[in-house]
Amino acid sequence: MSVVRERTLRNASATRPRKFALTPTVTVYVALAVLLVVGSVLVALDGGVLLDQGGILNILTRSTVLGLVAVGQTIVIITGSLDLSVAYLVGLSSLVAAETMAGSGTMIVPGVLLALAVAAVVGLVNGLVITVLRANAFIATLGVALVLRGYLEHNYTGPAGSVPRSFQHLGYDRIGPIPVAALLMLLIAAGAWWYLRRTRGGYHMYAVGGDVDVARLSGVRTGRTIVTAHVLCSVAAGLAGVFLAARLGSGAPYVGTDAGYDLESIAAVVLGGAALAGGRGGVVGTVGGVLILATLDTVFDDLAVDPFFKDVVRGIVLIVAVALYARRQLSRRST
Amino acid sequence: MNVRLEGITKSFLGVTVLRGVDLELRAGEVHALVGENGAGKSTLLKVLAGVHRPDSGRILLDGKEVSFGTPRDAHAAGISIIHQEFNLLEHRSVAENVFLGREPVRRGQVDRRSMEAETRRLLDWLGVGTIDPATAVARLSVAQRQVVEIVKALSADAGVLAMDEPTAALADHEVELLYALVGRLRERGMAILYVSHRMREVFDLSRRITVLKDGAFVATSATGDITSDQLVRQMVGRPLEALYPERGNAAGDVRLALSAAGNGRVRDLTFEVRAGEIVGLAGLQGSGRSATARAIWGVEPFATGSVAVDGVPVRVDRPRTAVRAGIGYVTEDRKDEGLALRQSVKDNVLLVRRAALRGAAARRAADLTELLESVTVTARGPHQEVRYLSGGNQQKVVLGKWLAVEPRVLIVDEPTRGIDVGAKQAVYRLLRDLAGGGVAILMISSELPELIGMSDRILVMHEGAVAGELPAGASEEAVIRLATGHGIGDAA
Repeated sequence: MSVVRERTLRNASATRPRKFALTPTVTVYVALAVLLVVGSVLVALDGGVLLDQGGILNILTRSTVLGLVAVGQTIVIITGSLDLSVAYLVGLSSLVAAETMAGSGTMIVPGVLLALAVAAVVGLVNGLVITVLRANAFIATLGVALVLRGYLEHNYTGPAGSVPRSFQHLGYDRIGPIPVAALLMLLIAAGAWWYLRRTRGGYHMYAVGGDVDVARLSGVRTGRTIVTAHVLCSVAAGLAGVFLAARLGSGAPYVGTDAGYDLESIAAVVLGGAALAGGRGGVVGTVGGVLILATLDTVFDDLAVDPFFKDVVRGIVLIVAVALYARRQLSRRST
Repeated sequence: MNVRLEGITKSFLGVTVLRGVDLELRAGEVHALVGENGAGKSTLLKVLAGVHRPDSGRILLDGKEVSFGTPRDAHAAGISIIHQEFNLLEHRSVAENVFLGREPVRRGQVDRRSMEAETRRLLDWLGVGTIDPATAVARLSVAQRQVVEIVKALSADAGVLAMDEPTAALADHEVELLYALVGRLRERGMAILYVSHRMREVFDLSRRITVLKDGAFVATSATGDITSDQLVRQMVGRPLEALYPERGNAAGDVRLALSAAGNGRVRDLTFEVRAGEIVGLAGLQGSGRSATARAIWGVEPFATGSVAVDGVPVRVDRPRTAVRAGIGYVTEDRKDEGLALRQSVKDNVLLVRRAALRGAAARRAADLTELLESVTVTARGPHQEVRYLSGGNQQKVVLGKWLAVEPRVLIVDEPTRGIDVGAKQAVYRLLRDLAGGGVAILMISSELPELIGMSDRILVMHEGAVAGELPAGASEEAVIRLATGHGIGDAA
């Protein structure tokens, strides 16, 4: 009997995860490093410097807003869902924050809190439409996005509200070449990482995204998990809106959609190695994905490349990344 | 823990699946639950697991009546189920799976160290300490995954463990391991419900046996008081002979001929199937039966050897060429591979014709009624979505789909899996009629009585090759001896 057991189960120890496996997360940062080197060379040939103070500032500033939205998007994608309403929500929460503050320094805290509360409610609606009404996440959040758009188009024609000067510091202060806001974004990302990787709530999000039936049969409250994920995602988008209000000095209804944060954030998450079907991926990869997109933009700006060509390259990068991950997945399955 | 199920009744969409079933599980005892496919075993398990709420009847735990609204409730009450399909997250670690939904928390975060330590302790206790709690489940073998499921039940401190066909995917030496594990769990005082249709396991492991038939309770007997033959009679409840139609006349010309065909999974296949003949393909799980069918049909084509249909060599490298060569394939997975569940009966029946034929032949739909009648489908009409049909009617639609292109060779893989006895009989008659009409039929089945009852001759596969050929009416024992490559195996 013991002989039999040994033969059946011995290979488990041989298949321990290797320490330096080329996981998607590692791949992203290797790609980022390569991109920084190649970008530096290209910019240098053009007579500029990519990674001087201005360049670093540029990359990090670009990364901040997209980073916030993408961290939230990571949470819902891991849970097996998706959020297409984030772009309008960014605009809406920038307006809520700026209009509540109305230039008054004492209203900063209420303004921020109200904007985040509005965002949380939108997330709650997203989550409930998906779990209670059983609408597909794509359609549910698209519907909510349309509702938000209708509201914005009916009530606003352009920027509104204003933030006090003291609040604008959030948008522009920096420590050396590092903007304070970028540090805040990284702090939020670290918090999200801790939540996903270290708490029960996070464990259950991976479980629900991995296989919702397995999660349910194991006693996980799947509906609650999905709703929580959407609330967290929306709050992250709300934070992005608040930051943009600080940066722009007022609320702007279309600041989120003009930058395409809905699809852009999904692209960053996927570039970071998360499975769109859920259950795999993480915040660390997403931050890498965001940095890659921001670096690409900065390099292209330095080289003064045609913006259409820029989009073509971004598209190709995304496709190549996803194809690479899919290939890895296949080769693992066949062994 | 002791469990009593009393008068459990459950129906889905007006179809009664369980009617007044009684079952009693005692602490420290293995109780076997047997019955034909569709007898209601899995549904009964799901009632116990809190997945389905019974329409009537009571569940008593240690004498107290309980009611489970969700799987979570059943878990909390100490009931764990190992379902036929594994309930594990492939990309999470062993420990994370074991504690899913019950993760220990220390200072606000999941206490991974104690999770892994406890998993290790349970693995060691089971004598399988070679599995690393930090390994991703995707890296484990099927047998190892089963161990993880058992550890999951143990860690939940389950007093009752139900296992649904636990050996279905295991190799022989792995079954031995499972026996040992079940023994340990029993000694620990667990009440174990063991669902299986493998007679040998039922007799080796259980102290009592309950038989279900067509959703109804037949009998509970002490294992020592009943023979395997008596048990089969209780399960089937009728003489077997009547189930299968009479065999046809002598076989005609060779329709399908394989010569030294092989690929990565099967090797050196040389056999023929003649017009009018039903040839059974027997073998254990993984012996290469379905791999043979999939190779003939071009899903995973042969790498060596040759295939001929009606004497003409054909090179089948994908299903489309197979269909055009006159080969049809009723796959074993009806829902995923056989049907477009959300499409209508009509669209499904005409699916292959529309896809494989050209021009007017592809558009022909005038004979639809005739086709549906010939396979005796009961549906509200040709526009009903296939997913609302019973398993038996779905299978008839699959057969109709192939009749629509008049195949010369038809491969049927587990053609009666999960359908009731009446529908089985209809499928048997259909297959025999098709053979009578000149089609060469290759039939794969894990249910030996069915295979023996239907086949004109039986090819037995073992480890990817044909181990031998048996004539019509061969004994189960003879088939199993060939299938296991030597002495006595289990009787299905």
